[in-house]
Amino acid sequence: MSTVTPAELLAVMGSRQLRDDTTVFAGVGVPLLAAALAQQRHAPKLTMVIEGGIIGPQIRPGRLPVSTNEMRAAHRAQMLPGITDTFLFAQRGFLDYGFMGGAQIDQHGNINTSVVGGDYWKPKVRLPGTGGANDIASLCREVIILTPHERRRFVPRVDFVTSPAWLAGDGSRRRAGLLFGGVSRVVTTLGVFGFDPDSRRMRVEALHPGVSLDRVRAETGFDLLTAPEVGVTEPPTDDELEMLRALDPERRFLG
Amino acid sequence: MVAGGCLFTRTPLALVRETLRQRRSGLTLSRNLMCTEGDLMMAAGAAQRVVTAWMSIGLPWGVSKVMRHYVESGQVALEEWSHLAFGLRFRAAGMGVPFLPALTMLGSDLMGVAGTKTIQDPYTGETLAAIPALFPDVALLHVSRADRFGNCQIDGYPHMDVDMARAATTVIVTTEELVTEEEIRRRPDRTLIPGFLVDALVLQPFGAYPHEVWGRYHADFEHFAAYTADVDARGVSVALSDYLARYVHAPATFEDYLELFGGQRLRRAQDAARELVPGI
Repeated sequence: MSTVTPAELLAVMGSRQLRDDTTVFAGVGVPLLAAALAQQRHAPKLTMVIEGGIIGPQIRPGRLPVSTNEMRAAHRAQMLPGITDTFLFAQRGFLDYGFMGGAQIDQHGNINTSVVGGDYWKPKVRLPGTGGANDIASLCREVIILTPHERRRFVPRVDFVTSPAWLAGDGSRRRAGLLFGGVSRVVTTLGVFGFDPDSRRMRVEALHPGVSLDRVRAETGFDLLTAPEVGVTEPPTDDELEMLRALDPERRFLG
Repeated sequence: MVAGGCLFTRTPLALVRETLRQRRSGLTLSRNLMCTEGDLMMAAGAAQRVVTAWMSIGLPWGVSKVMRHYVESGQVALEEWSHLAFGLRFRAAGMGVPFLPALTMLGSDLMGVAGTKTIQDPYTGETLAAIPALFPDVALLHVSRADRFGNCQIDGYPHMDVDMARAATTVIVTTEELVTEEEIRRRPDRTLIPGFLVDALVLQPFGAYPHEVWGRYHADFEHFAAYTADVDARGVSVALSDYLARYVHAPATFEDYLELFGGQRLRRAQDAARELVPGI
């Protein structure tokens, strides 16, 4: 097996989280590659849903879309219902998974892609914003986050909650009015993380081969809990890597 | 003012360009995902506030330095809504109701940006977000084809244009193609915007270029790359003031503007679109 890039690791580990005969709301880039890989390998009846208003597209190798609403994103799609109606399928509970990246994530899985530092109206750093991320985090039945694991990203409390996961834990998501969903897994370049069922604080569930718990703790800006049993993930297989690389031959997203 | 389409798709760029040529200022520009048109409106001083869910060109071109420059300095206010909430603002206005209850944005800090309120469901007591209607003064839209009465058909993604047309006080539409009344009557199932919503219609082929239109022309990624490279190399102020001079103010007509790109490039964009979506 050749050297695996961080993006390849995230796409493979992310793809394994998806079951067959389900629906997934996927953003462009690594999440879309992960969904496409799952569709080709173990989940042929997976229906992808894309924010620009696309139900059931397929990925054409070498023609990966760079935005969720350009012509290329609709390759062999089954339906183009418009953006608002696409999100309303999620609000009605039809989306099993949401697949997202994240700029800044906290111990309860909340994500910030809006502003860092300063005042909201005059921030130190202005990021592009939520797009559909807040809706995916609010309305999909299960949200999976794919992100590089870096201490600057894993902070105790995000500067701004763009996309809600468990908010402050202890039932606060439900009390805010969010009826279902929440982040179930955070798949990173170091391992797979979940949340304590009560406090909803992030915990280590599995580490990628060769990664120590000490290293994960050093790369995380808050205290991590550990699951009763911490496993070790299976490394990406040659088969998975070959299929993934065929989807992005120009390595636009795989690095 | 609201602009239809989404990001670099079906952007009413000919109309945005005319807005800039008229040197308008103090506008609030709404668009669900904003792209280069947002950069230009900020840099020209035309927009003092933008209402959006996301702004930049797209992943390969990074975060918009133009947006960062104007928002981080406090010169332009960026009012952020979730993509669904943004859509529901126009859905509510298009329905003629003051707000719509929704399950999105709840518990997030987006609720505080524009003071979005919650309401209790009068039947169950559950908490819901009350997403307020947005009734724009003007909607600028670009469609695939229309007849002289303003009946509009949109191929491909409808995005949020129909709700925007219903919501706005004044609707100005540019169209790639002007067709006969018979052509519309032959396929009424494809008409999304009835003529009685439309105040003005302009025939403008390539009216979204260098952005794209479904099945007609592909976005000009080389143009985006050159634009962002120039911003990186010379800074926001110099790069954008030159861009506005060259692409907005110097060409007297839209045809002169298209000449800056050249026929060969436009034909290449058409070929790329026809290859992706045959048969329009």
